[in-house]
Amino acid sequence: MTKTQVGKSTDNQEIDVMNVVSMTKPVLVDDDVAIPDEHHPRHFLDLSGVSIEFQTNKGPFKALDNVNLKINKGEFVSIIGHSGCGKSTVLNIVAGLYKATEGGVIVNGKEVNEPGPDRAVVFQNHSLLPWLTVYQNVELAVKAIFKKKKTKPEMKEWIEHNLKLVHMDHAMHKYPAEISGGMKQRVGIARALSMEPTVLLMDEPFGALDALTRAHLQDSVMEIQSELNNTVIMITHDVDEAVLLSDKIVMMTNGPSATVGEILNVDLDRPRDRLALANNPAYNEYRSKVLTFLYERQRRPRG
Amino acid sequence: MKTKLINYLEMTGFSWLCPVVRLCSGESPREQVNEIINVIGLPLIAIAAFLFIWAGTASQVKTSLGDLPGPSQVWEQAQGLWQEHQAEREKEEEFYQRQEERNAKKLEANPDAEIKMREYTGRATFVDQIWTSLVTVFTGFLVGALIAIPMGVACGLSQKLYTAISPLVQVFKPVSPLAWLPIVTMVVSAVYISDDPMFEKSFVTSAITVTLCSLWPTLINTAVAVASIDKDWINVGRVIRLHWITQVFKIAIPAALPMIFTGLRISLGIGWMVLIAAEMLAQNPGLGKFVWDEFQNGSSDSLGRIMVAVLTIGLIGFLLDWMMLTLQKVLSHDKNAGR
Repeated sequence: MTKTQVGKSTDNQEIDVMNVVSMTKPVLVDDDVAIPDEHHPRHFLDLSGVSIEFQTNKGPFKALDNVNLKINKGEFVSIIGHSGCGKSTVLNIVAGLYKATEGGVIVNGKEVNEPGPDRAVVFQNHSLLPWLTVYQNVELAVKAIFKKKKTKPEMKEWIEHNLKLVHMDHAMHKYPAEISGGMKQRVGIARALSMEPTVLLMDEPFGALDALTRAHLQDSVMEIQSELNNTVIMITHDVDEAVLLSDKIVMMTNGPSATVGEILNVDLDRPRDRLALANNPAYNEYRSKVLTFLYERQRRPRG
Repeated sequence: MKTKLINYLEMTGFSWLCPVVRLCSGESPREQVNEIINVIGLPLIAIAAFLFIWAGTASQVKTSLGDLPGPSQVWEQAQGLWQEHQAEREKEEEFYQRQEERNAKKLEANPDAEIKMREYTGRATFVDQIWTSLVTVFTGFLVGALIAIPMGVACGLSQKLYTAISPLVQVFKPVSPLAWLPIVTMVVSAVYISDDPMFEKSFVTSAITVTLCSLWPTLINTAVAVASIDKDWINVGRVIRLHWITQVFKIAIPAALPMIFTGLRISLGIGWMVLIAAEMLAQNPGLGKFVWDEFQNGSSDSLGRIMVAVLTIGLIGFLLDWMMLTLQKVLSHDKNAGR
């Protein structure tokens, strides 16, 4: 088994970016360094040996098998793969909504065993509560999390600040049914950001939106990311989106027993501009690498 | 102003008035007139046709109490019932006035005299019976809702509890509450004993009967609604670590509210139907008793008076449903419910 160097975003200037894709089984970042002390993992977020089995009528179904992934603080990581490959399952395990059958997740030195606001989730279909206004939706989260830490005026300010961040302060008192799909997703992001997460988890956040709205929101996310420098894991099936937004793209093999196929470090300067990148050879190279993985090596068995 | 009025009308179920409002504000008159012909004209034509057929055929049916009453006779009876009611009220007032005068005289003669006020015990009029039935149906319905909603929420949250009580619900649900009536009557007379009862026994019996039949639709609807809440909404609650009580009140119940209201509407409708039958069967005061008394009375006016009661029961049932629907639109997030 050949081991390929896969750089961390911090030191990948020294590595030829085109060589970072491993052609073999998932090769983990830092294979060449000593295994870190179990109680002091070197990585901010560390999935090790994660497998999950669901009990179905036809017997156990192994959705994920031995998923290993290490993410540094402030990194924007996309997980990409064909539908049904268990991308969302990985995210749900990090969120604590699912429990891994084997292996585990460590975030910021603490093992994940239940959901919590430190790992806020932006759900695919926004999941705003329709009986609450935009403001109240964010308020529900802020009130639950900062009950004793913030005074009432501080909470109000914090909610408004987060809605401003996603440019939704003009529609604070509207109900979800009165705003567009893209606006709903902005509010979903504001709600997640208001939790002050250590890791922001986004489950195909723009999947249900049309192309133009999606582009707008991607720009917004990049803008917010440059401001807050969050650690983000985003599930996507859109190659352009993954390359445009990510520092690291995790490509998953097809299920069942899906696992990490390759990890690609994307070393493009920020801020990134979609128009300028369209003719950038490096950008297109990254794109074709992901496409090759998805459509040649992990082609769907039928169609 | 106009949009506000139209929204208000739609909210309260008077959407058929909207084209009139639009016409008055001069908005595309031709369209509005067409709309008025549609939403107001068609029902009016149907009602007129119904009255016409009724008037034409009723007199053909000869019964032992005379011809079946047509619309005009029923209208006369309705007025008669109203006059009876007013006469009875006057009598009552006079009765109390006489009492007061007598007491005043007594006190004048002897300031230490004991004064008695007697209750007026006149015949219950048609309007009194309507009032009794309404109070009974609401009492029974509210008690039913207070039991069914928490039970339903619990069943919706816990699959195990739902599985456990499901067979019981399935067996008791199809039982006509009238079958329970004898048992309820006996139990109430055995258990509900007090020297100064707050409620009449007959009232308690009727109310419990209404409760028994209004439980099930609300219970089942609530359980199904809570069990089928969007999983992401539950996950939102889990991520922000809501306490389970907050989770129930802030997420589960509001999410289930449209379906809970549908259950409540069905419950109230069934409760109203069953109450009338129970009142007839048990001779408990109310509209049902009125109908039965008139039937036993067997005068030439009886059929007309029963017809008035039938139409009243229908109108009240309609109003109850309208009330629930409006309440649902105001309270729940699903503004399109029941349209």
